[in-house]
Amino acid sequence: MPSIRFRLNGVETDIDADPDSSLLALLRGRLRMTGPHFGCGANECGACNVLVGDLAVASCDTPLWSIAGKDVTTIEGLGSAQDPHPLQRAFIAEQALQCGYCVSGILISAAALLMRNPNPAGADVKQALDRNLCRCGSHNRMVRAVLRAAAEMATR
Amino acid sequence: MIKPDPSPAPAPKLPVSLAANPLLSSWIRFSREGQVMVSPGKVEIGQGIVTALAQIAADELDVDISRLRMVRASTAGSPNEGVTSGSLSVQNSGRAIRHACAEIRQLFLAAASDRLGVGIDVLDIADGTISGPGNVQTSYWELADAVSLERDATPGVAPKPSTQRALAGNSVQRLDIPDKVFARPRFIHDSAPPGMLHGRVLRSEMAAAKLVDISEDGARAVAGLVAIVRDGSFVGVVSETEDSAEAALAALRKDAAWSAGETLPDEYRLAEWLKAQPVESTIIDRKTAPQTAATERTIRRQYSRPFIAHASIAPCCAMAQWTGDRVRVWSHSQGVYFLRADLALVLKLPIENITVEHMEGAGCYGHNGADDVALDAVLLARAAAGRPVRVQWSRQDEMSHAPFGAAMAIEIEADLDAKGEIVDWRHSVWGNGHTARPGRAAKPALLAATELANPFPRTISTNPPQANGGGADRNSIPLYDFPSWKIECHRLLTMPIRTSALRTLGAQGNVFAIECFLDELAARRGEDPVAFRLRHLRDVRAQDVIRAAARRAGWKPDKQIGRGFGLGFARYKNTGAYCAVVAEIEGAEDIGVKRLTIAVDVGEAINPDGVINQIEGGAIQATSWVLKERVRFDRQRITSNTWTSYPILRFSEVPEVQVEIIPRPELEPVGAGEAAHGPVTAAIANAVFDALEVRVRDLPITRDSLVAAMELSS
Repeated sequence: MPSIRFRLNGVETDIDADPDSSLLALLRGRLRMTGPHFGCGANECGACNVLVGDLAVASCDTPLWSIAGKDVTTIEGLGSAQDPHPLQRAFIAEQALQCGYCVSGILISAAALLMRNPNPAGADVKQALDRNLCRCGSHNRMVRAVLRAAAEMATR
Repeated sequence: MIKPDPSPAPAPKLPVSLAANPLLSSWIRFSREGQVMVSPGKVEIGQGIVTALAQIAADELDVDISRLRMVRASTAGSPNEGVTSGSLSVQNSGRAIRHACAEIRQLFLAAASDRLGVGIDVLDIADGTISGPGNVQTSYWELADAVSLERDATPGVAPKPSTQRALAGNSVQRLDIPDKVFARPRFIHDSAPPGMLHGRVLRSEMAAAKLVDISEDGARAVAGLVAIVRDGSFVGVVSETEDSAEAALAALRKDAAWSAGETLPDEYRLAEWLKAQPVESTIIDRKTAPQTAATERTIRRQYSRPFIAHASIAPCCAMAQWTGDRVRVWSHSQGVYFLRADLALVLKLPIENITVEHMEGAGCYGHNGADDVALDAVLLARAAAGRPVRVQWSRQDEMSHAPFGAAMAIEIEADLDAKGEIVDWRHSVWGNGHTARPGRAAKPALLAATELANPFPRTISTNPPQANGGGADRNSIPLYDFPSWKIECHRLLTMPIRTSALRTLGAQGNVFAIECFLDELAARRGEDPVAFRLRHLRDVRAQDVIRAAARRAGWKPDKQIGRGFGLGFARYKNTGAYCAVVAEIEGAEDIGVKRLTIAVDVGEAINPDGVINQIEGGAIQATSWVLKERVRFDRQRITSNTWTSYPILRFSEVPEVQVEIIPRPELEPVGAGEAAHGPVTAAIANAVFDALEVRVRDLPITRDSLVAAMELSS
């Protein structure tokens, strides 16, 4: 099988894999990285979102060939309890989830937004998260959390 | 101030859950290292219950909440609290834990008094350290071995008064949120014990189709395949990797032939179909007037709601591992003991051979496929030679094979006197039963059980008794003081589309119907809908939430083109939380909900932000049901099996939600998870009338249903 090289959460990664297989399967399977979640397998819910460069993409619908040479960031690479991303801090502060299954994909979409627009309005946040589904109804808290993180990042 | 129920209490009784599970050590254990293990029988389904229960325990024991280890429910030793449903967890588990902890605190104080040689009444507990005059001290941890909790709880121990609780009433941050935000594995989908294999089950799209023929050759050629399991129409694969399991499943699907399934009803004539089926009819309630007033006219309206999917963001998932004739199961079921009972029926094993442990899944909003996939895992794991097998459904399985919330047709008839006042009220509900949960009957209710070579019959859904809140009839009895009424429920005896518990059971449909009809009757009289309701409610708590929501929403703002305001109210199950909602909508062809202003009374709010989160979430989910959701089907299959064909509310469509909690710290706490759905549904429909002067009586409220309602009214 061909070798595919890419950077995963800042680490050079070299994988022998079917180039047509999905990034999500690789992450959750061989790489045991369970932050991105399977929700639909059809790029319809956003639960598996990861950053490729500075774009949020559905990893279930991303073939491995397309990430060759690219930077891939999962929720695990966004931040940790010891060194949280402002978004993660803000989601805790706003208690911005109920079941939390969708939240890793939502944080990724929000991170992509803040990279291209560090000072979004509420409507921008809703637009950026519009392809992410949340079934528990935590939307408004999530929007508040993203705005809170943006404000925190602006004062740094 | 509202006083707690003043009726004289004869002999003190234990809370229900504690009476059923009196052994104190089954709830609480102390470690010598300074930790408290708390074992509720209720499970986390995203509602924050674990945190609320931790607050209650920490308060009553006087320990810091960080010392608490909240143990996941397991049939290996947790108290059996049935199913985590019906907004009863704070009410049942919370009271049990509060009373158990109060008694345990007394036991430790007595032991400390003995050891320290001082009276109980001069002892104090701070973060688990028990101290008395002259700097004498001991602790729960020191005394852990000396105080046996292997004893039954006794009635009559008084928990602390609400004024002495430090945590209850405060918005403590949820204990599970950091894991979820930092992606530390917590969901069953993310757990992978050593040697774990992956399983997938093949199911026909056709409802209840039988497997006629299948070739295993294609699947056998897939690298990593461990086993193909076949028993009647139940077929599945076990593989080393998830990819390999998916590939083997795809090969099997290509080579499978199915019989025709059961014919489904006509989706476009659902109410007629519901009313034409064989039914079991029950009179739910009857109230007779002391004197009959003259009826000037009678008005009858019919309302309906479609089948609604639970549609969790995660597909259902379970894990199972056999050791000889014993099986260990990990499941996000709402009731581990009930699931175990049904597994025992299918496997024909004694329950002692089966252990079911809870692990978190996504929010389920009722009885989805969580229990079904657990049986799938158990059946597939039998072919795994002792290795654990994790089975995950596909999105399509999730949206077509899991039970749905039942469709409902509701007819209300009111007799009015010459002034338009209600003199008699008749409410009839048609629909499938709202529960077919496992563990309740002599036959299992699990999907795969109906697919085996020796199949069990499909469980026809029933309704819980009205004393437990009812099912299709939930909230069908008006809280209003109409002089007389008759409430009837017609439960279908056929079930071509599988139904079971969805958040609120029948309450969403019944509250929608009652509150919309009331709105119409108030409008006929030219009376303000708030005033009309207040005039018919004697319960002060009901009046208070309506007044609070109306005040906060500035009821009633001036009429503007393309905007409308509507009110909805209910007390969930007529015994739970009070909730009033003012909806503000905008639009003409496509309705958007701009704002929901909500007032709620849940008695003591253990965690106010948790209550607000539940009410907000319920309100947004209900808005999704009202504006978008309807299970689609043709005569053979469920066709709404993707997010495109079963759309739910998106971020750009979500209303602003404001929630006000009426503080009642002196009253028993009740759950908040299901309080908002009915009132929100009615409030939106009434706001649509306010804006467009059209009464939409068939949910969902879409462009199509608006046009249909306009045609009907013109």
